[in-house]
Amino acid sequence: MKTGNLKGSKHRARAAPDPPPLFDDTSGGYSSQPGGYPAPGADVAFNVNHLLGDPMANVAMAYGSSIASHGKDMVHKELHRFVSVNKLKYFFAVDTAYVAKKLGLLVFPYTHQNWEVQYSRDAPLPPRQDLNAPDLYIPTMAFITYVLLAGMALGIQKRFSPEVLGLCASTALVWVVMEVLALLLGIYLATVRSDLSTFHLLAYSGYKYVGMILSVLTGLLFGSDGYYVALAWTSSSLMYFIVSLGSRLLRWGRSWGRGSPSGLQLLLSSRCALCEQQPWAPTVWGAQLPGSVSSST
Amino acid sequence: MAFTLYSLLQAALLCVNAIAVLHEERFLKNIGWGADQGIGGFGEEPGIKSQLTNLIRSVRTVMRVPLIIINSVAIVLLLLFG
Repeated sequence: MKTGNLKGSKHRARAAPDPPPLFDDTSGGYSSQPGGYPAPGADVAFNVNHLLGDPMANVAMAYGSSIASHGKDMVHKELHRFVSVNKLKYFFAVDTAYVAKKLGLLVFPYTHQNWEVQYSRDAPLPPRQDLNAPDLYIPTMAFITYVLLAGMALGIQKRFSPEVLGLCASTALVWVVMEVLALLLGIYLATVRSDLSTFHLLAYSGYKYVGMILSVLTGLLFGSDGYYVALAWTSSSLMYFIVSLGSRLLRWGRSWGRGSPSGLQLLLSSRCALCEQQPWAPTVWGAQLPGSVSSST
Repeated sequence: MAFTLYSLLQAALLCVNAIAVLHEERFLKNIGWGADQGIGGFGEEPGIKSQLTNLIRSVRTVMRVPLIIINSVAIVLLLLFG
C-alpha cells in the first residue's frame, strides 16, 4: 500500500515534467528501482518538495535525527562521567603572552622568584592570569610537535615510513601514561594530600616534551655535541622548574602528620628521577641521529 | 623500546594479575603483610606498608571477577591471533 502510494505519487509528480521512470534514461542519475528515492539530479528543488511531502521520508528523517541526538546525548553523558569538561576547560584557557612566558620559563627558570599559584576566592586562577598555573595546551602541542619532529628527523636519516610515526606517537603516549600512573601511585602510598589532580600531573609530565623538542632541533642543527649540550641544559632547567613548583604545591597539602615530610622527600626525589628519565625517550629515536647527521653534512 | 597501546594493556593486565595472585594466608601472612597485621591506630597517619597492604587487599577484592572475564578474553584473542 505504502509503496504503491509512493510509486503512484512519484509517477504523478513525474508525469508532468518527465516521462515515467521506466522509460527514463539513467544519465540524469535517477534510480530506476520502484520505491527508491530519486537521486539529487538536475531538479533538486523538485526533489526536496517531493521528499518533504512524502510521509515515509518525514518519518525516516525524524527517526534518524532522534537517533542521532540520542547517540550524542549518550556520548556526552559517558564523557561527563569520566572527564569533567569544566575542569578540563580550565587548563586550556591560555593566551599567547602566557604561552610565550611559560616557554621562556621552562627553558630558563633560574631567575623566577615567585612560584606561588594565585587564588581568587579559593579557586585557582586560570593560566591566562597566572604564570605559575599549569596548563594542558603546551604539553599537547609539544607532544604533537615532538612526534612530527621525530618523523622528520627519521626522514632525514632515510629511516622513515608512515608506521614509524604512529609507533613513535604511541610509544610517547605510553611513557606519559606510565609516568602519570607511577606518580599517582607515589602520591597514594606516601599519603600526601595536596591539590594535585590527575590533570596537574598530566600537565607536568607533558612539559618535558618542550625540552625534548629543543634538544632534537639543536641536534639536527649542530650535530651530536649540540644535542647533548641542549639535553643537559633542558634536563637541568626542567628539574629546577618541577622541584620549585612541586615543593610549593606539596607545601599546600593539608596533612602535616608524622609521615608527611618523608612523603614530601619521596615525591620530590621521584620527580627528579622522572626528569632524569627525560633523556631516555629522545635517545631511543635520536641515538644514531646526531652521529649520522654530522657525518652526512 | 617501541611500545604500542596494546602492549601497555597487556603489561597492565599482567601486573594486575600478579597483584591478585598473592595469596592472603599462604604468603602474605608469612612475610608480615597480612590484612589484619598492624593496621595501626585510628587517628594515626598510615605508613607506606599499611597503604601497600590495603592496596593489595583492595585490588584482590575488587578485581577478582573482572579479571576472570578479561583474562578469558585475552586468552581467546591470543589463541586466535597469536
